[in-house]
Amino acid sequence: MGTETTRLAAGTDLPPLEIPITRTLIVAGAIASRDYQDVHHDVELARQKGSPDVFMNILTTNGLVGRYITDCFGPGAVLRKVAIRLGAPNYPGDTMVLTGRIEELDEETGTATVRVIGDNAIGRHVSGSVTVTFTEAVVTVTLTDETDETDETDETDETDETDEGAS
Amino acid sequence: MTGGSDEFGVRLRVYEGQPAAVSGVGKDPVNLPMIRHWCEAMGDTNPAYEGPDAIAPPTMLQAWTMGGLSGHVGRTGAYDELLTLLEEAGCTSIVATDCEQEYLRPLRPGDRVTFDTAIESVSEQKTTKLGSGYFITTRTDVRVGDDLVGTHRFRVLKYAPSRRPPAGRARRPRPVVNRDNAGFWEGVAEGRLLIQRCAVCGTLRHPWLPGCNACGSLDWDTVEASGEGTVYSYVVMHHPPFPAFEPPYAVGLIELAEGVRMVSNVFGVPYDKVRIGLPVRVEFRRYDDDAGELVLPLFRVVEGEA
Repeated sequence: MGTETTRLAAGTDLPPLEIPITRTLIVAGAIASRDYQDVHHDVELARQKGSPDVFMNILTTNGLVGRYITDCFGPGAVLRKVAIRLGAPNYPGDTMVLTGRIEELDEETGTATVRVIGDNAIGRHVSGSVTVTFTEAVVTVTLTDETDETDETDETDETDETDEGAS
Repeated sequence: MTGGSDEFGVRLRVYEGQPAAVSGVGKDPVNLPMIRHWCEAMGDTNPAYEGPDAIAPPTMLQAWTMGGLSGHVGRTGAYDELLTLLEEAGCTSIVATDCEQEYLRPLRPGDRVTFDTAIESVSEQKTTKLGSGYFITTRTDVRVGDDLVGTHRFRVLKYAPSRRPPAGRARRPRPVVNRDNAGFWEGVAEGRLLIQRCAVCGTLRHPWLPGCNACGSLDWDTVEASGEGTVYSYVVMHHPPFPAFEPPYAVGLIELAEGVRMVSNVFGVPYDKVRIGLPVRVEFRRYDDDAGELVLPLFRVVEGEA
């Protein structure tokens, strides 16, 4: 499959990442983060506490936000700050879509600040800000259509399409 | 709950600035297996977290400080006291709302993490969708040896859950029975709808009151209503939902054949078929729930009338 790389700048929207919220993800995330609060693995006890089901813990959300940013910025990207606020819970069966927009980007220092949002079917699960340092200010997007198989190259400042990336 | 009173707020704010954990020690050194489990859960395939030069995912910062099943380490009495105080006030649930982390240098396998946590602030009482409670903000400094490797600000909401149990399982609200209206509810328990009648001027009255509105007399007796009536007025409840009732439903002001009016549910037709003037008849309904047995006079639309 082909890929497209986009040169990053302030205002660039990062490609969205869809995360199916499975019971397995919720429980695996809670245990991997050493969070044994019953609301993250025991439906009965979660209900007794007024929640309709188990829900994702904040450490997992934090981890997913971190993954989203480093996936976008590629090898060499290092997280410096992650600040998130939670809203609508992530319940099993839902899908969270993470999106990001670059707010500031400093080529000199290789530092970017990204506003991240994660929405699910019931609302805004997470909003936050991530500061990341990077080695290359490009984002790689996997293409799903056929256009990447051509040799056309767009020579604008903003984009650089190639057909060489087999990911 | 106690919340809302300034006195309670003052008691809570005493904890601001106090340590929540002193010289806590991470239960495990930073290690590859825990990093791998984390990456598996998150679906994170970043090569930086693998191999001989692996670093830990920075967002794992808090995971290295977690108490796990065997409990927290280094926690002070102050934090537990604060939580207990809130629990005693009805704030039995907890949910994390904010996490702000700064990573000063990567953590690597073998690093031994220590941490100190301070209670930064305790909010005033806040009402949220989850319930009413207090936000507690803590700040944790994470070190390896003498080096500060990361900071971690964490905010939780400790709250009294606002519950909405499914209709049918919730307890139906109980009438307030006092010495002025006890006779009415005794009648209802026997399946009789009793109207108060002034012993001096004969005026009927409902709801039950100590004295007559017409002549002021305190003497009264009762007459049993036939149970026939009409819808004098009504509302349809859509919102807000009340635990024992499933909206929408019709609440009627029923004018009894004897001339007095009372409020009760109108049933027997869909809520949107209730109209002013519909003939209704009392029906004594029995409810059994965990609070015991309850009999209430409801009004059924007379068949063939809607």
